[in-house]
Amino acid sequence: MGLPAALIFSIFYFIPFLANLRYSLTKWDRITEPEFVGLRNFVNLLTNDDLFYKVLGNNLRFTFLVVLFQTLFSLIFALFLVKNSRVNVALRTLFFFPTILSSISVGMIWLFMYDPNFGAVNLFFTRIGLEQFALNWLGSESSALYAIAFTQVWFHTGQMMVIYIAGLQQIPQELYEAAEMDGASRWQQFRNVTWPMSIPTTIVVMAYTTIQSFRAFDLIFAMTQGGPNSSSNIFAVLIYQTLFNELRIGYAAAQSIFFILLLVFVTVLQRKFLNSRYEK
Amino acid sequence: MIYRISRIASLTLFALLIIIPSTIVVFGSSKSDAEVYNKPLALPERWNLDNFRFLFEISNVGRTFINSVIVTGFSVTLTLILSSLCAFAISRMITVTGKVLFSLFAIGLAIPGQVNLVPIYLLFLDLGLSNKLSGLVLINIVTTLPISVFILTAFFRELPKEMFEVSEVDGATPWRVYRSIALPLSRPALGATAIFLFVITWNELLFPLLLITDNDKRTLPLALLSFRGEFFSNYSMIFTAVMVASVPMVIMYLLMQRSFIAGLTAGAVKG
Repeated sequence: MGLPAALIFSIFYFIPFLANLRYSLTKWDRITEPEFVGLRNFVNLLTNDDLFYKVLGNNLRFTFLVVLFQTLFSLIFALFLVKNSRVNVALRTLFFFPTILSSISVGMIWLFMYDPNFGAVNLFFTRIGLEQFALNWLGSESSALYAIAFTQVWFHTGQMMVIYIAGLQQIPQELYEAAEMDGASRWQQFRNVTWPMSIPTTIVVMAYTTIQSFRAFDLIFAMTQGGPNSSSNIFAVLIYQTLFNELRIGYAAAQSIFFILLLVFVTVLQRKFLNSRYEK
Repeated sequence: MIYRISRIASLTLFALLIIIPSTIVVFGSSKSDAEVYNKPLALPERWNLDNFRFLFEISNVGRTFINSVIVTGFSVTLTLILSSLCAFAISRMITVTGKVLFSLFAIGLAIPGQVNLVPIYLLFLDLGLSNKLSGLVLINIVTTLPISVFILTAFFRELPKEMFEVSEVDGATPWRVYRSIALPLSRPALGATAIFLFVITWNELLFPLLLITDNDKRTLPLALLSFRGEFFSNYSMIFTAVMVASVPMVIMYLLMQRSFIAGLTAGAVKG
């Protein structure tokens, strides 16, 4: 009974996966015949491609920032809204709302918010007297990646918050009662009860956020297409551009393989780090 | 005291961060460009649907809307059928086959189908599936199968075994057990998965961008993206297009908040 699903998945996931390995060893533009070049694409990527390293750096920074802040904010909001009061439930519904929008819609909305002349972000900074923060957020190399990372966090914090709330509500109430009897402060309760008890949820939130940040293709494509000067480019966008704008199929395939390795590396690293915390 | 102040301050701040942009978009779809730029947060001078009328006149956004409905409808339905069958098989088979099937999709979950950009593009060109809605349905099924199989397998495993065993003793075929026991019992899980799939399929951009070049085969996110190029910084039109793409989802969200939230977090929790 599982056969149809397994079959479709094997044909359109695993076979392309293997085909990708084969393409990565060729030089091909779909106009002339593919030429076998061995590992030259990989060597070029590693030794002769500044863009590759730039994108790698961007991707790591983007993922790190998004995972850090999305996890932090969603935990904070979850702590604030964990009780099922009417106001809290309404706020949860509001905070969750961006999650249902498409990345393109979110991208369009924030394009306007970040607009250097008319956007609400700069309007806000000017009004409160911080003109030095009224930047061309998406148009300048130093801020574009961070501006998009902020939007990504805005986009999905509510979703992660709901996951945290579900986790926090599982913590036995007696633990808090016992802590209160011992005269533990709010911070001590968090430190000794909430945080250790919510590590399994943290693992889930961080893993999901990581994958999400690697998939931020849509948002970046809608907002900056990786620009200016590749300062907000990440792997998914780079591969697309190498394939479509440059028609370098083999090279794009080799980039995809690095993308996969990076994904696996980050995931394994994270699991190791969090599992060691968990076991303590 | 510090706790209460920081709580109220941060909750208010984030609430405003969501309410303000949403208001700008909703109001903006009734405004002219000048109005959007000069008074983004003010109520529109006159509530009207002119922008919508104009958008539907000059573009084929209606067509892309229907395409999105077709693609999403077929993708979600077929994925649900395939993944529930597969999850049922996995949860009922403690044998090697079940484990193999499960790890097959576990790999797909860890390494998303998006990494296959290059080979999928070439394969679909060769098979003549580019520029076809059926091609989009197919690739949507492939990319969403792992997560749906995961959610549903976790659910099936929690169902009491006895229920299945009794009917197997009575000589019911697996197919019958699936149809008359597993499916009816798993309505909530199927519902949650359906919503999850609905949202990600409706909003999917990458593969449509990769596979569709024909204007009449575009889906909504793709049309939305092209409006950015066409209207450039003509935000009243862009906001109108954002409304067209989002309103169906928002209405459903408001009507079924609980199921939406359950569905969109099931993927993360169970996965």
